[in-house]
Order: sequence, then structure tokens, then C-alpha cells
Amino acid sequence: MVHLAILLISPPFFLGVIAKTKATFAGRKGPPLLQMYYDLFRLCRKGTVYSRSTSVVLRLAPGMVCATLLMAGLFLPLSWPAPIHFSGDLIFFAYVLAFGRFLLLLSALDVGSSFAGMGASREATFGALSELAFFMGLVTLAVITRSVSFSGIFLWGGTHPMVRPAIVLLFLSFFLILLTENARVPIDDPNTHLELTMIHEAMLLDVGGPDLGLMLYGAAIKLFLFMVITVSCVWPPTGGFGLPEIGGFFAKMIGMAVVIGVVESSNSRLRLSKVPQLLVANFVITTLALLATILGGT
Amino acid sequence: MNALGVCLANGVPAALDTVPCVDVAAWRQWIIETCKGSTGRIVALFADAHGDRVRLYAIIGMDLQHELWLAATEVCARALHYPSLTPDLPEAHWFERELYEESGVVPQGHPWLKPLRTDRPYPFYRVDGEGIHEVAVGPVHAGIIEPGHFRFQCHGEKIFHLEIQLGYQHRGVESLLLQAPPARRAILAESIAGDTVIGHMLAHAHVVEQLAGRAIPARAEGLRVIALELERLANHVGDLGMLSADIGFLTAANYFGRLRGEFLNLLMALTGNRYGRSFIRPGGVLLDLSRTEIAAFQKRLTRSAKEVQAVARLFFSATSVLDRLEQTGIVETTAAQALGLVGPAARASGLHRDVRHDYPTGDYRSSPFPLVRLTTGDVYARARIRGLEVQHALDFLQRRLKSLPQEKIFLACGAAQPSAIIVSLVEGWRGEIAHVAITDRGGAFTRYKIVDPSFHNWMGLQIAMRGGQISDFPLCNKSFNLSYAGHDL
Repeated sequence: MVHLAILLISPPFFLGVIAKTKATFAGRKGPPLLQMYYDLFRLCRKGTVYSRSTSVVLRLAPGMVCATLLMAGLFLPLSWPAPIHFSGDLIFFAYVLAFGRFLLLLSALDVGSSFAGMGASREATFGALSELAFFMGLVTLAVITRSVSFSGIFLWGGTHPMVRPAIVLLFLSFFLILLTENARVPIDDPNTHLELTMIHEAMLLDVGGPDLGLMLYGAAIKLFLFMVITVSCVWPPTGGFGLPEIGGFFAKMIGMAVVIGVVESSNSRLRLSKVPQLLVANFVITTLALLATILGGT
Repeated sequence: MNALGVCLANGVPAALDTVPCVDVAAWRQWIIETCKGSTGRIVALFADAHGDRVRLYAIIGMDLQHELWLAATEVCARALHYPSLTPDLPEAHWFERELYEESGVVPQGHPWLKPLRTDRPYPFYRVDGEGIHEVAVGPVHAGIIEPGHFRFQCHGEKIFHLEIQLGYQHRGVESLLLQAPPARRAILAESIAGDTVIGHMLAHAHVVEQLAGRAIPARAEGLRVIALELERLANHVGDLGMLSADIGFLTAANYFGRLRGEFLNLLMALTGNRYGRSFIRPGGVLLDLSRTEIAAFQKRLTRSAKEVQAVARLFFSATSVLDRLEQTGIVETTAAQALGLVGPAARASGLHRDVRHDYPTGDYRSSPFPLVRLTTGDVYARARIRGLEVQHALDFLQRRLKSLPQEKIFLACGAAQPSAIIVSLVEGWRGEIAHVAITDRGGAFTRYKIVDPSFHNWMGLQIAMRGGQISDFPLCNKSFNLSYAGHDL
């Protein structure tokens, strides 16, 4: 129950932490930490407008995208074993996320506008490349811990994993995947209003009201999931269940959000044509991590 | 040079009957020969109809010789056409479209005689083929910017062709200026482009004053260039901020944005208005700075200068910024020359073009302004030029504030010289602003022609995007930052 509550309620909060960090770097006050909740609440009270050129796909997509992400969240251990876990659940996790992306792309294409189409084409290209690295990273984790379930992987106990070079590489790689999958700087810019440069936002241009709220909420959950994976690499959950564990979990997640904010503040966006190079380089990093693990003799 | 044209100085009227009216073929030949050898360029090209004859004027700037040449020809109402200049001289492209739209004189053989400002049916240029798609942006945009329509012909992310359709802000400024009483003309001139209030007003003031033969007190001249350079500072710093925001470099974006506000506030301290309205009037300026105000002004300027330098260092030394700006949206020197670009965009492409340097008036004659020039012609060069000009403008302001002469700031102008023509050029922050006025026998304006720097440069943006990435367009657009209102008039 606690797992579900954290998964449902906390994700938008970390967006607030990132925004606050960026604002601090820019010498501004920034929006309140809970701004995202106000936004979601505001959007929920609005009506929606659908273009005549759209079909049922656009209407169903926001709910389904959200549902896939919530479902994926049930497989990730926060600080204690996940509510659902079985051998091989990391493959299932990856495919549920891919299914969510597929629905998002369909809804963008359904709109039929050139901006949404452009956004979908970019998302599909970059998504394919980042999934490659993501799978490679998961395989490496599985080899290191000899487990094919998230709950097994992240609750290994024993020696501190930081001593392994492969883990450092994996952290880097998952962090880059996090930035790519969640449309952050330097891959995308969540703050831009320029349709021609957008990736993720371009797909949402024709979505409004509660639907947009669901999409934004979904995006927050997705960011939350990738933050959990990335942070668990260097600071694995203890496996216990209690107030100190929950506190520890929030502490490391807030730390992660601050790191994202710092990276976003100190970098400009990459040229779009250079993003694939970065993603392929990331794949190489995960491959190196895998090689280091196998040759290092676990 | 020769008897076909007459040599003018910037802001000095010439009697109309000294302007020879030559044969159309000779006129055309003269323009092409003068501009082709890269010595001259078109400053203005326009028509003035009287009776059943339409007179065509061409003003050619010989930047290296610091000379302005004027040549005129006539076509009669029964045969409103002449052989187009554009096939031989691409920089005439935009001018001839305007000429045709305004006067109905057909430049025969013009490749794309599409109306510039009115919405008459004319197709967009189209590219066909497998995988080619069209992207239409505007005229209503996502940001708070002026209206303009951009039509891209793309293959995937690559742009084959960009066509820009403007005219959504056409107000008929030129004809309004002819009808308005003198006091209202100043307000109209200040409204040509909202971000170039000082620049356009200064050009207009020169026209009125010089036609009246009124010399302006030195203190007023000094305060005017201070306002002009402050306007340049505010806009250049604002542009650097917008460029930072476009590439997601928010830290610099916010600091530059705040500093732009500082310079606008300084402009307000001088003129009483953040955009410098109602400060310059024909005859001088309306507000003065006291000794204590100047001291406070200098102190604020010094503080802002330090901050601008720090942020500019941060911006121009971040590798991710350089990587994003360099090699994006290149305009080669030859292309810039052929298109007749002006202002920072021309100087970023390696051209020697600056009115303050080539046709100086007022204070720029006594204290020369260093001309900055880069050669790469990419977004980085256009950003860097702004950074350098900010630096020079700050130095210039400090020098000028120290040595303001004690004098009157305003002397009323008399009546205008009858039957005269005058060309007034000012280097606004965006580039060369040209105001041309012709008076009748009574000294009233019969024709008032305005050429905003954007009019020269929009074509440059189209060419910069060819073969580029569509995702780079907003960045390139900001690096030019052209005026829609100034173009549409």
C-alpha cells in the first residue's frame, strides 16, 4: 500500500525539486515545489477539445500511457521488495514502457499535424537507440547480481557496489537514458515554446485539459521510475521497511533531482543531429560495463 | 564617377533638378555595373509617380569610397515596365517586388514577382518528390513575437527551401507620414519598429532638420548618440539572452534578460521612456541630463558593464554553447554580398558595412567607432558580433558622457527646402536604416521612403536555412532577429 501511495503521489514533487534547482542556478526564485500538483489540479477541471481529424486513439491514449507507467512502477523496489516480482520481470518492465511509448506515438500521429509528426519521428528514432542501451544495462545488472528480477537485482546486499567499475559506468549510462527518455536538457528542452525544436512536447501540442494532465502526470511517473533505477545503481535499497527506509529513499531521490537540475543548468541543448551520436556512445558505455563484468570475473 | 547619377552625402539635401533623368536601359546598366564589381550596393530602390509618368530612383551606396549615388529614370503610364535587375543582381529581388506592388511598374523577367505585403493569391514555392514534406509555421506563433509565415520544404529533418511570407503588419506608414501634420510625423516615425524607436526617429529627424537647414546643438547630438547606443546595448544583450534561451542555456538567458532590463532602465533615465519614445524631435532632444544625473548614470553603466562582461564570458566559453552555435546557419561572404545584407548580419559574414563608419554623421564623425567584423557567417559569428559591439558601445558611452558640451538642447526648425531630395542613413542596432524624402515646390513631402535593415536581411535568413536542420530554424531566426513591423511598414 505504501509503495502504491508513494508511486501515485510523489512523482510530481521531484519535478518541483528540479525546477527549484534550475531556478537557483539562474538567480531566480522559481516556482513553488508543489507547482506541478497545482497544474495537474487546474488541468483536471478543464474541458477538452478534440480536432475533427482525430480518432478514438487520441482519446484513449492519455489514460493508457499513464496506466502502463503505473504498472511498470509496481515492479520496481523502492526500498523494499516490489509488490509484484517474478523471474524475468525486467524484460516485462522494459516492454511495458515500450508499449507506453508506442501508444504515445500513435496518439501523436493520430493528430495529423506536422509538428506532432515531427515529434513522433524524433521520439521513435531516439527511443529505439536509448532502448538498446537500456536493455544492455539491464543485462549487465542481471549478470552482476545473477538475478533477472528487479527485486533481486537491487536488494543484493553484501559488499558496497561502488567498488565495481562496471557500476560507475552503468550509473552514467542510466543517467543519460533518464535524460533522453524524459526529454531533459541536453537532449530535449522541457521549457521551450519552439515547436520546430521539440521532441516530447511536440507530441502533446494537440492534447488539452484532463488529457494533458494525464500525459504530464505520466511523464512525471516515468521520470520517477528512471530516477529510481539510476539511483539504485549507486545506492541500492536496504530491503527493510520502515520510516527510516522511506526517509532514506526520499533523501536519495531528492539528491538525484538536484543532480538533474545541476546538469540541466550547466549545459545547453545538443544539436538535434548529434543526439544519436550521444545515444550510440551510451550503448558503448553499457557494453563496456558488460565486458568489465564478464572479464572481471564476478 | 559619371554623369548618369549624382553624388550625395548622408543627410545633405540635393535640389531635385540636379538629378538627371536617364534612359531606362542606361539606368539599369549603370546600377548593375556599379553593384556587380562589389563596390556598390542598393540602399533604396523606389518609384515616385507624378502625372502619367513614374520616376524610378535608385540609391547606391559605395561603402569603401563613402559615397552615396542617386540615379533616376522614368517609365510612362502606357508602358509600365522595364527589364528586371534581379536576374543580374539578386539584392534587387526584394526591392523590385516592393516596387511592383506599390507602383504597378513591372520588372520584366523577375523570377518571383510575389506581393511582399498584400495577400494576393500567389503560390508558395514547392519541392516535389518522395519523402518531401511541407511544414507551415505561423503567422500565429507560440511565443510572444510578431506575425510572419514560414513555409519549409523538407526531407526528414533537412530543409531544402524556406519561403518567408510577411505583410501581416502592413499599416501604410509611408503614406501616413505624407498626410500627417509635422508633430504627428515624429510619433509615426517612432512606431515604424517598436524596438528601433531611436534609430528610426533619428533618421527622420535628420531628414526634417537638414531640409530646413538647421544645425543641431552639439549637446543634443551627444545625447542622441547616447540614446542610440543604449538602444543597441539593450537589444544586443536581449538577443544574446534569447539565443541562450533557445539552446536551453537558462543561466545565461536569465542574466542577459535582466541586464537588458538594466539598459532599458538607463534609457528611461535618459529619455523618460524605456523604449526612448518622445525624446528626439526635429531640432534636438526634449530632455537633458544634469551633472548629478550624469554621475549616477555613469555609475549604473559601469556596474552593468561589469555584469555583462561576466555573463558574456560564461556564455562564449561554455563548450556546449559553442558546439551548438558554430557551423549553424552559415551565410557565406559571397552570398551576403550578393543579397546585400546590412548590419551585424553582414559584418558576421565578413562584409565591411557600418553606417557609423562609412557615412558618419554628427558625433560619429568626431569620435570614430571601431568596425567589428567576423568571417564565418554562422550563428556564432552573429552572436559574437553582438557581444563585441556591446563592448564597444559601452566604451563609447563612457567616453561620450565625460565630454558632453554645455549647450542648448533644442532649436526649432524652419520650413523645408522646396523641390529637394534627401537620403538619411542611421546605423540602428539591426543595421542600416534609410529614410529618403522628396519635397515639392512648396516644401511639403511628396514621397517618403523607408528602408528598414530587415528589408535587406530577410532573404539572408532564407538562404542561411538551405540545407540546414529544421530544428535549427528558431536559433537562426533569433540570430538575425529581424523586424516584421519594420519590414511591413
